[in-house]
Amino acid sequence: MGISVEQVTKSFGSFRAVDNVNLEVDSGSLVALLGPSGSGKSTLLRLIAGLEQPDEGRIYLTGKDATYQQVQDRNIGFVFQHYALFKHMTVRQNIAFGLEIRKTRPAVIKERVERLLDLVQLQGLGNRYPGQLSGGQRQRVALARALAVEPQVLLLDEPFGALDAKVRKELRAWLRRLHEEVHVTTVFVTHDQEEAMEVADHIVVMNQGKVEQVGTPAEVYDHPASPFVMSFVGPVNVLPAASTLFRDTAPQGVSAQTSVFLRPHDILVETEAGEALTPARIERLLHLGSDVQLDLLLEDGQALTVHLPRDKFSELTLDDQEIIYVKPKAARAFPGAPGSASQMNGRPHAVVF
Amino acid sequence: MGLTLTTRPAGLLRHFSWPWAVTLGYLGVMLLLPTLALIAKAGTETPADIWRIATDPVAVSAYQVTVGASLAAALVNTPFGVLVAWVLVRYPFPGRRVVDALVDLPFALPTSVAGLTLATIYSDTGWLGSLLAPLGIKVSFTVYGVFVALVFISLPFVIRTVQPVLQEMQSEPEIEEAARSLGANAPQTFWRVTLPPLMPAILTGFALGFSRAVGEFGSVVIIASGIPYKDLVAPVLVFQRLEQYDYSGATVIGVVLILISLVVLLGINLIQVWGKRYG
Repeated sequence: MGISVEQVTKSFGSFRAVDNVNLEVDSGSLVALLGPSGSGKSTLLRLIAGLEQPDEGRIYLTGKDATYQQVQDRNIGFVFQHYALFKHMTVRQNIAFGLEIRKTRPAVIKERVERLLDLVQLQGLGNRYPGQLSGGQRQRVALARALAVEPQVLLLDEPFGALDAKVRKELRAWLRRLHEEVHVTTVFVTHDQEEAMEVADHIVVMNQGKVEQVGTPAEVYDHPASPFVMSFVGPVNVLPAASTLFRDTAPQGVSAQTSVFLRPHDILVETEAGEALTPARIERLLHLGSDVQLDLLLEDGQALTVHLPRDKFSELTLDDQEIIYVKPKAARAFPGAPGSASQMNGRPHAVVF
Repeated sequence: MGLTLTTRPAGLLRHFSWPWAVTLGYLGVMLLLPTLALIAKAGTETPADIWRIATDPVAVSAYQVTVGASLAAALVNTPFGVLVAWVLVRYPFPGRRVVDALVDLPFALPTSVAGLTLATIYSDTGWLGSLLAPLGIKVSFTVYGVFVALVFISLPFVIRTVQPVLQEMQSEPEIEEAARSLGANAPQTFWRVTLPPLMPAILTGFALGFSRAVGEFGSVVIIASGIPYKDLVAPVLVFQRLEQYDYSGATVIGVVLILISLVVLLGINLIQVWGKRYG
């Protein structure tokens, strides 16, 4: 086991940042901690690193109890959102820092620094100061610096958060490839579900200090465990079960007040009326690139967002204000979720129809 | 058209602007003119006379006492200044603002009052002097008195130059966390990560404190006896020469002091250039 978190709780004043969290991260895996700001994901990462001390619970790194170990003794690599490079040191000196602290032989340091410069594709920039590099380059230096000490786990706190969209996209793919080469147990924090799905083997979805779901990107997206996960990971429509949309495809075992969740791409669109189809008016057409988004208004006044692939859209030749007919292909309800009418053993329970 | 177009005059006038002209005029009248006047006055002597007056054994010993005591004071104030700045920035404690304001006391206090205060507590019967007297250490009216006075008046410099840099570092706690995560313990983090970026500020504070100490007169004239070869400093020597109506002597020694100050200021500028090397 790479990292094991057992019943860890951490409060700041009266605020419970991390609330009785259990988490297992396999050796060599690449895991994303995903959640909105204030969900406790960064605090959990800092607890694993030892930058914060847990109020309760234990933390194991590669099988050893690290709960009371100091940061500097944990042999971790930590990458910060704003790089946190040592400004008075060159790129080479930054990367060598951890090795010099460990009193590694100078010949070994030199060799490893060069190898890492290669790995992060910064050959030729070794003698620059961080102030002379771009954001993306700085973050790669920070990664090389963290990897130099051959950490048992690599922890990244919103590593691409300060970069612009294009560089962020490049670095995501690059981190993925890097992980395939280096294979160190890696945990990164992000609030961007796309980033989590693109980079990670497993996603840990967090909300209000608790873990909502752990799973592969496909599991989290296709089988969300809670209304929160369903609405946080990927776009979603939320309609009451009583909506006209479900007139003929009435979900079973849910009351009329229950919220039903359906993805914008899980909706069938026809131009002719037909069995189980509900009329809707196109309020707005948005071209998103590969998809076209239709903002619809149902008869009962509910808004509905639909994503159509481009070819399907051209096939249908849709226009603004046109009346079309829609039917849910798949939807999901969580009758046991807090706030809904029926509680099933107090646990959210998904009903798929 | 609501725009007023102005044509720019050619030549030198092209660079003319009011802020620039006022700055030059102000600095010229307040700084450059008096300095030049002093040098011009010294220049009325023959070079041989200038050399003789400037290297007179009493004068040389006064330079030595001045520079030696100033260096010692600046050296003592440097580590303590860093420590005080550190505490003021990083340790929230009740009354921090009061202590922070108190640091400027040596700037605000008339130096003669500072000298009087120090002479009182370091006299053989004073609070501190009476404790030191049994150990055979005399402070008032010795070179140690000069040192104590110079420490007092140059105390704020390192604190005030280091404090803003430390304050700015507070916004980036991750830098030190990064060092810790890479295996550095607290002392290693301080010496290798926190201190180096402070060095330009520390050296600037050191140099400013030193140059302030070299020019100190008011407190030294009170706490020291002004006896040549013992505790006579150059600014006091200038005053003594004037009292003896030896204007040329005073002027030449004054020029030597100006040169020392200029060298120190040049040093400060070099330090600041060096401090910006990693942009």
